[in-house]
Amino acid sequence: MLQIENLHATVGETAILKGLSLTINAGEIHAIMGPNGAGKSTLAYTLGGRPGYEVTEGSATFDGQDLLALEPHERAAAGLFLGFQYPVEIPGVSNLQFLRESLNAQRKARGQEPLSGAEFIKLAKEKAALLRMDMEMLKRPVNVGFSGGEKKRNEMVQMGIIDPKLALLDETDSGLDIDALRIVGEGINAIMRKPDKAVLLITHYQRLLDLVKPDFVHVLAGGRIVRSGGAELALELEEQGYEAVA
Amino acid sequence: MTDDSNTADSRVRDADAWAAAEKVGTYEWGFTTDIEQELAPKGLNEDTVRYISAKKNEPEWMLEWRLKAFRIWQELPEPDWAKLHYPPIDYQDAYYYAAPKAKPKVGSLDEVDPEILRVYEKLGIPIEEQKVLAGVEGARKVAVDAVFDSVSVATTFREELSRAGVIFMSISEAIREHPELVKKWLGKVVPVRDNYFACLNCAVFSDGTFVYIPEGVRCPMELSTYFRINAENTGQFERTLIVADKGSYVSYLEGCTAPQRDENQLHAAVVELVAMDDAEIKYSTVQNWYPGDAEGKGGIYNFVTKRGLAQGARSKISWTQVETGSAVTWKYPSCVLNGEDSVGEFYSVAVTNNYQQADTGTKMIHNGKGSRSTIVSKGISAGKSNNTYRGLVRVAPSAEGVRNFTQCDSLLLGDQCGAHTVPYIEVRNPSATIEHEATTSKISDDQLFYAMQRGLSQEDAVALIVNGFAREVLKQLPMEFAVEAQKLLGISLEGSVG
Ligand SMILES: Nc1ncnc2c1ncn2[C@@H]1O[C@H](COP(=O)(O)OP(=O)(O)OP(=O)(O)O)[C@@H](O)[C@H]1O
Ligand SMILES: [Mg+2]
Repeated sequence: MLQIENLHATVGETAILKGLSLTINAGEIHAIMGPNGAGKSTLAYTLGGRPGYEVTEGSATFDGQDLLALEPHERAAAGLFLGFQYPVEIPGVSNLQFLRESLNAQRKARGQEPLSGAEFIKLAKEKAALLRMDMEMLKRPVNVGFSGGEKKRNEMVQMGIIDPKLALLDETDSGLDIDALRIVGEGINAIMRKPDKAVLLITHYQRLLDLVKPDFVHVLAGGRIVRSGGAELALELEEQGYEAVA
Repeated sequence: MTDDSNTADSRVRDADAWAAAEKVGTYEWGFTTDIEQELAPKGLNEDTVRYISAKKNEPEWMLEWRLKAFRIWQELPEPDWAKLHYPPIDYQDAYYYAAPKAKPKVGSLDEVDPEILRVYEKLGIPIEEQKVLAGVEGARKVAVDAVFDSVSVATTFREELSRAGVIFMSISEAIREHPELVKKWLGKVVPVRDNYFACLNCAVFSDGTFVYIPEGVRCPMELSTYFRINAENTGQFERTLIVADKGSYVSYLEGCTAPQRDENQLHAAVVELVAMDDAEIKYSTVQNWYPGDAEGKGGIYNFVTKRGLAQGARSKISWTQVETGSAVTWKYPSCVLNGEDSVGEFYSVAVTNNYQQADTGTKMIHNGKGSRSTIVSKGISAGKSNNTYRGLVRVAPSAEGVRNFTQCDSLLLGDQCGAHTVPYIEVRNPSATIEHEATTSKISDDQLFYAMQRGLSQEDAVALIVNGFAREVLKQLPMEFAVEAQKLLGISLEGSVG
């Protein structure tokens, strides 16, 4: 599904990603761990096409397409979803309006009919229920006044509604309380654990990986993947820290 | 743009409206139509004034009123205090009257020249209205007094309105048919010598709308007028007078767009509103005149005087405006709050892009005890444009217990545009409570990327964020206008980011 080869990316003048390679196949769940400042969010933003994140070398192919040639919204329509480490507030725009317009823009780009208001509300209710999010919250402006944990949960509601092929979830577990973590973990499984989908979890903690069992765990340090392994690698990291392992 | 609590549901209901709005966004609004025009001779002198008055079969008192105004105008200096720059207007190099030739009197829009109807179609008249015109059952009623250039060519729903006792007609007709009402109020809210442009309007106003709502009547439909500048080089001098008698209510919608032109066109309208005891007037405008091209060439000069007199106790006047058009806008819809416990409101969204200039705001003149006013102004600037909010809150010495709340927010797109806030506060009664809040913000890269990552194109993302910014104002608009206005904000900011 996603092939990243020798990816180099700079932010501003600074080179952050320095030859990162990673392949994710459909049906797989990957976890990326790594020290603060290693470049994990940079990887997510670069794949999402964020302006200012410049690829200087390497390639990324998504479902056979040159991902890096696409605009951010085209990448979204192609099926790429980013769960943000710091979800953004959009005052005056309700979550429902935001999601309906976004989803229908994606559908239009894929040549699908837009969802009617009724269809959309039904979908939103279903996904909100899955993440135990009150529909009233979805009527409020996007992330405005949401607590840290609510924002993260809202990202997952959005993922449920948008129903992407590949989700890059950047520290979705940070800031969640114990119950919320379980709800979010189960939500990720329900939405994304399917043979035609894949997930890349960026996380610092084993507790998320207990809920969403990864098939592969990678350690990102110094802008590259320095070690890969199975689920057991995460446990090893938790015990010994990055320095010993990577 | 609707309440949070019902956004989703209203979306469901308004799927049709959305589809129509989609259409509105996809055409170019620069075009002209071939309808024979009757023009007054070029230039401006007493004979021009006489010509206009004669064309309209006006009574002698009206001609005298105009001539007096013209003489005053010749002595008034043109205002130059607004934060605007435009080449001097040559008032002699313009036509002051244009009427579609052989104007027929018709009772419904069906009987109107199909060419004119086609213009309205191109204008994307809101779907609700089209439904009404198409006779769709259950459609919400909107009465349209169509002002094609300067002359009303059609008035619909007049019968239903007259059954309610509502008078809704062109002001020329009102001058002939209801002289006592017109004489009583014309120029009483905006005096002849109020300002240069209003005075010019008094002398040469071509046509406009007159509305009278009798005591205790709730106008059975939204009243709406579509303005359109069509003749080349024709100044537009609309005149609107709305009188709401005791305990009555009326909601009036005004919307307009203009065809592409190379020469700048002057528009100097005057709108006067009067609300008696317990009466309420809600006046909504979506203004979308040709703003000039990306280089700043062409476009409409919009110098408008709008004022409401909240004369009666507990009367209320509410202005809502969405200003996206015109090369130059100079406009301050105001409320004179004479009545005890009267209420004035001003909700405004002004968008400027490219080389557009807008100097707009409001005046709340508190003369009545316990009068209250609310001002919410949202300025959006992009390109090399300049957007100024200019607001006055004045409290008379005798006005006890006055309250005003002002909120002025500016949103900048890019770093070559300007936003300015110029509040004037004159309080001569210490019991007044005056609050003023102002913010300036930019659309952040974070917001844009977030929205684009969810699937929106850059332009749609900008439109969405801008609509969110303007939501407080947009939600004041009647639904059929809100959809159009939302779309307009996006259209007028196209190409302004990235
Ligand atoms: N705009 C920028 N200009 C220069 N350096 C930047 C910029 N943005 C990020 N960086 C740097 O890039 C490096 C990688 O940042 P990134 O956010 O990808 O780290 P991370 O692995 O996600 O860390 P964390 O675990 O703390 O979230 C950091 O050293 C950061 O300071
Ligand atoms: Mg990070």
